[in-house]
Amino acid sequence: MAISGTVQKTETVPIVSSSDVVLVRQRVRIWTTEMKFSLVEQTKIVTAASELGRNTLEHGGGGSLELALVVNGARQGLRLRFSDKGPGIVDIALAMKDGYTTGSGLGLGLGGSKRLMNEFEIDTKPGDGTTITTIRWK
Amino acid sequence: MSKFLEAIQENRKSILQDWVQRLKSVDRRRDLLDDRELDTDAKNVLSAIADVPAGTLPEDLNAAGWQPLKELLTNLSVSRAAKGFTPSETAIFVLSLKPSLFTVARQQWGKDAGELFLEISAINDYVDKLALHTTDSYIHGRDQVIARQQEEMLELSTPVVTLWDGIVALPLIGTLDSARTQVVMESLLQAIVQTNSRFAIIDITGVPTVDTLVAQHLLKTITAARLMGAECILSGIRPQIAQTIVHLGINLEDVITKSKLADAFRLALERSGRKVVRVDKSNGANTTSPRGV
Amino acid sequence: MERIPILRMGNYLLVTIQVDMHDKLALTLQDDLTNRIIEANAKGVLIDISSLEIVDSFIGRTLANIASMARVLDAETVVVGMQPAVAITLVELGMSLPGIRTALNVESGMEYLRETVEDHEESDGDFGDSTED
Repeated sequence: MAISGTVQKTETVPIVSSSDVVLVRQRVRIWTTEMKFSLVEQTKIVTAASELGRNTLEHGGGGSLELALVVNGARQGLRLRFSDKGPGIVDIALAMKDGYTTGSGLGLGLGGSKRLMNEFEIDTKPGDGTTITTIRWK
Repeated sequence: MSKFLEAIQENRKSILQDWVQRLKSVDRRRDLLDDRELDTDAKNVLSAIADVPAGTLPEDLNAAGWQPLKELLTNLSVSRAAKGFTPSETAIFVLSLKPSLFTVARQQWGKDAGELFLEISAINDYVDKLALHTTDSYIHGRDQVIARQQEEMLELSTPVVTLWDGIVALPLIGTLDSARTQVVMESLLQAIVQTNSRFAIIDITGVPTVDTLVAQHLLKTITAARLMGAECILSGIRPQIAQTIVHLGINLEDVITKSKLADAFRLALERSGRKVVRVDKSNGANTTSPRGV
Repeated sequence: MERIPILRMGNYLLVTIQVDMHDKLALTLQDDLTNRIIEANAKGVLIDISSLEIVDSFIGRTLANIASMARVLDAETVVVGMQPAVAITLVELGMSLPGIRTALNVESGMEYLRETVEDHEESDGDFGDSTED
């Protein structure tokens, strides 16, 4: 996969309750502002983080977000990595489909946030947790 | 270690004369650069070569001593790129220094074939590197020009105009790609907020083709505007575009479409509670006059 | 407990969401609003989201639910002031919120409510007296 680059700076935010999802949004907003993303880009990244943070909380039973500034050649990007120790995803293709949900949502979380970001990768094993890594390049 | 640099310093006058003469016979672009400018350019470059601090090696162009020469060549090629010289014309300016230097080398080391060969190959390397640097700078200069023009075009291509109080229009001209659509979309939505407009007309008379991607972008813009509380009307759909839309199976059913901008404007006026009325000239006044009778 | 205030203006309820809502707060708002519609016999609900920096699928769904529930309770809902960046993101996310009425700002939102609610009252004019108090 194309998710690569040198990591320059990281920060970790725990996700254990619904107010942590708000904290995730706030931290991601601060990072995107510092990295000088445009307002529309900022909004897209924060929204994707909100979706994925909620996913970590509801389907993974909580976990954490690692924010990282990645540099690949002349490009700078913000990498978000959500990890949980939950039950994992059995059928990734199905989970990515719009409208599919095992929870109470609309089923737009995964597929929708993939559209809001540039790169998107799911690493999961049933019973062994899920890690979703996603990048938006500047 | 090569010695040709000293030879240049000793013979700079004759080299310059020889080089300039050669430049004038090769360089046929007098329309772009007159003789006097050419003389000055050549003289400056040669001085920059000859006046490097003692101990600067021609083998190492990254040395600090060569910095002024490199900057000079950079500026020269950027300005030539802007003037309209071709890349090879720009490179030949530097490359034509070679024969002049070879002449000097023959005068100096002509009796010793071994030494002459060494010096000539060193000169060859050196001038080639300068020419490469010149070409690189030329391309870089061109890239900057292109990038600037692209930016200017993006700005030019999204003129949101106010047609009436509460009605804006966006006449699109040219091909829509993903990057441009993003700019178009953002400036239209921004204009809707700024002008507090309930109606936005997107006119695509000037768009040559509509493919699935462009249609999707348009639909997204229209949906986003609706979320903000504004209604979009699509106008200027040409017959062949109407055919493409149907053939591609794009669903524009939820979108209000009009064939002409004028029709779209009329619709927007009606929906905002206004009407266009022809003034009756024979009466000498408009429709309010009967009241006075 | 943290709550989003709901203002009453005649027949209408007015909500201005100014904080970054966590999911529970959004659900509380949904409960409170449906209760207030009954209590106040409200005919219209106006939700101002102009200070919201993002609307994700959860908030979007909550807004859609409020609109549907209000409709069942005979009240119109209008969502006003969505920022351009938020609208672009919602569309990209795949949410077009087809069941929600929108307006550019509070003023045009109120205008819309007045028009539709009045139309509504005219059409069942027999009961017109009972709505005035």
